[in-house]
Amino acid sequence: MTGWEISAATVALVAVVTFYLGRRSSTLHNAAQDFDMARRTVRSRRNAAAVSGEYLCAASFLGIAGAILTDGADALWYPIGFTAGYLVLMLFVAAPLRRSGAYTLPDFVEGRLDSHGIRWFASLITVLIALLYLVPQLQGAQLAVTTLLPLPDWAGPVAVISVVLLTVLGGGMRATTLAQAFHYWLKLFAIAVPTLVLCVVFIGAGGKGTAAGLADTAPPTLPQDTTVSVDTPVELQVSTPTTLYADGVVDGAPAQGEVLWSAEVRHQVAAGTTLRFDAGTPTPVVVGAPADNADWLAPGGNDTWDLFGTYSLLTALLLGTMGLPHILARFYTNPDGRAARRTTLHVVLLIGLFYLFPVLLGALSRLYVPQLLVTGETDAAVLLLPTSVLPGIGGQILAAVIVAGVFSAFLAATSGLVHSVAGVVSADLMPERLRDFRVAAVLLALTALAVALLPRQPDIAHSIAIAFALAASTFCPVLVLGIWWRGLTAKGAAAGMFVGGFAVLAALGMDIASDYTGDWAPVLVERPALLTVPAAFLTTVLISLASRETKSATVNNFMLRMHAPDRLGFVTDAAIPRYGRAEERVRLGQGHGRHRR
Amino acid sequence: MRPVRPATVERVPRTPTHMKGEVDQPTKPKRQRVVLGGPEGMPVPSLRSRMELAEQTSWGEMLIRDLINALLRWSTGFAAIIVLLLGGLPLLFWLLPDVASFTVVGVPMAWLILGVFVSPVLFVLGISYERLSERHEREFVDMIES
Repeated sequence: MTGWEISAATVALVAVVTFYLGRRSSTLHNAAQDFDMARRTVRSRRNAAAVSGEYLCAASFLGIAGAILTDGADALWYPIGFTAGYLVLMLFVAAPLRRSGAYTLPDFVEGRLDSHGIRWFASLITVLIALLYLVPQLQGAQLAVTTLLPLPDWAGPVAVISVVLLTVLGGGMRATTLAQAFHYWLKLFAIAVPTLVLCVVFIGAGGKGTAAGLADTAPPTLPQDTTVSVDTPVELQVSTPTTLYADGVVDGAPAQGEVLWSAEVRHQVAAGTTLRFDAGTPTPVVVGAPADNADWLAPGGNDTWDLFGTYSLLTALLLGTMGLPHILARFYTNPDGRAARRTTLHVVLLIGLFYLFPVLLGALSRLYVPQLLVTGETDAAVLLLPTSVLPGIGGQILAAVIVAGVFSAFLAATSGLVHSVAGVVSADLMPERLRDFRVAAVLLALTALAVALLPRQPDIAHSIAIAFALAASTFCPVLVLGIWWRGLTAKGAAAGMFVGGFAVLAALGMDIASDYTGDWAPVLVERPALLTVPAAFLTTVLISLASRETKSATVNNFMLRMHAPDRLGFVTDAAIPRYGRAEERVRLGQGHGRHRR
Repeated sequence: MRPVRPATVERVPRTPTHMKGEVDQPTKPKRQRVVLGGPEGMPVPSLRSRMELAEQTSWGEMLIRDLINALLRWSTGFAAIIVLLLGGLPLLFWLLPDVASFTVVGVPMAWLILGVFVSPVLFVLGISYERLSERHEREFVDMIES
């Protein structure tokens, strides 16, 4: 059994277990109420595991390590932002949103602003965020499959989408709650164990010239003779004069044999070129990445714009988490506002724990797999690291464990998004005749698949940050102002969402265009949140003030419901008269004393 | 038929005045408060104040407005701490690169702080906010019920 067969077997196992968990619990509790509302009595700790399981996506698993391999200390802001986003969610949104009884963002917007027109608009933005979030998952799947298995490009995304559709169509929310909690623990295991083993091997091997090897000013060096084939054109830079062997087109001219690169100019390498390096050669890196290790170790770049870039990223991650559609739907499974807050707190703990490991893997990969810096496919670092550190069967088994976690990440995030957004699509965006959850799920999944198969340089952490920026510039103002300010009006909310959403999408368009035409876009186009979020807030407030007389008539009631403590019993979900209060159900059912109160 | 003798009524001597206090006087039963057991651990808020809140009388509205303001103050305070912490670090590293590159056991400070120490701090912030807001809500409910 070779390495890739072991990996394929573990992937198949993850897929089967996911499907089985979904199937099993949907046949055990097949009542209609379970299907769409998860009985609302899911324990807060398991619920937190489910939220984390759904949240830890390809960006967390592959993207962070890849970003650390490329950018070093600056990429440490990704895990911090992802974690702190939940803290902000807890401070401003969790409990009131749960008490409002809204299941999706469009529900909240309609309930708070008492306007049906804005619901449609909010649904449209939800779908856009979901697509921006889904596409990197599928591109990650594509990268993982082509890196490890001798399969074509489309195999990974198609496999993920197929399993997700089977699970989503086959089971309800409860099913995915159990499955998502399982996914969290699986992912934690699949990243913690290999990381610890690799660290032990690394230290046991004398630290490979000790960790201080990363601290000198030299660029990373290739550990052994390496051949890199370039599939997409790249622009490379070196920091010391470098000798390598090229076969193909370099700097616009055919090259065959030895080439000497100087540090002063950038070097264009065309697609289809093969570069060969001797062991010990300093690694060229893609233009824009820190070229030597000292730069890589130090946070912040050399100019002020990098500082703005960091702030912009933090803004997007901190404020964007609250607008992610799949996370929000998951909060509805908390019995009350206080449980929602507790769940969020647990999530901060669980994902904070998880993020220790990708950071370590990213740093190790700078020593063991620097050849990825040449092609820019740094997101594959986590996948290639085990076999580079530990050649032989041990490394293959570790790689298989990691692959299981990676596929769990794709499946969990994708199924969570498809499940929660398909409901929005079928309820608000489809013509009445065709209104069907299953059709919507299939449509959404296939759209994401089509976009994912378009060729684009995938850099998962960066693409995910755009989804966060869109969420932060559209839903964050509406949520925060809607919850805490009586003055928000439907017109203000719509204008704010339009301005913020339009600005982020325009920046995204410019960024894509600049990728194809020489990378001219400034930092704040790549990371627009620092400008777009304040713009959206400002627009929302100003237009709301201008249209003061159109304030919702039910705002006082809604505010009372959101903020009155749970014990006063103002929460009136549509579901309560039908199915009873959560705590009654707990008292009546077997789950005695499941909620600490 | 025997002739009926008129019944003799014996005179009972009057209670001596000094003993009067020892004899039970017909008194009204003492008013007693009967407490019925409510559902355990879940005090039902008094109906009236709940109604005041629900109907948004001026008093109810003021109560809820105060509650919202207090909660918002706490949330904003915590958010300010997060902003200072997370916003201050990049600036610190940018202004004082030596702090960032100062190494402890071979690992630069910046990596230690960002990779290891920030998330426990975030978690502690989260715990204290949770405690605080739960206490605040409990006090509010107690106030409504009293």
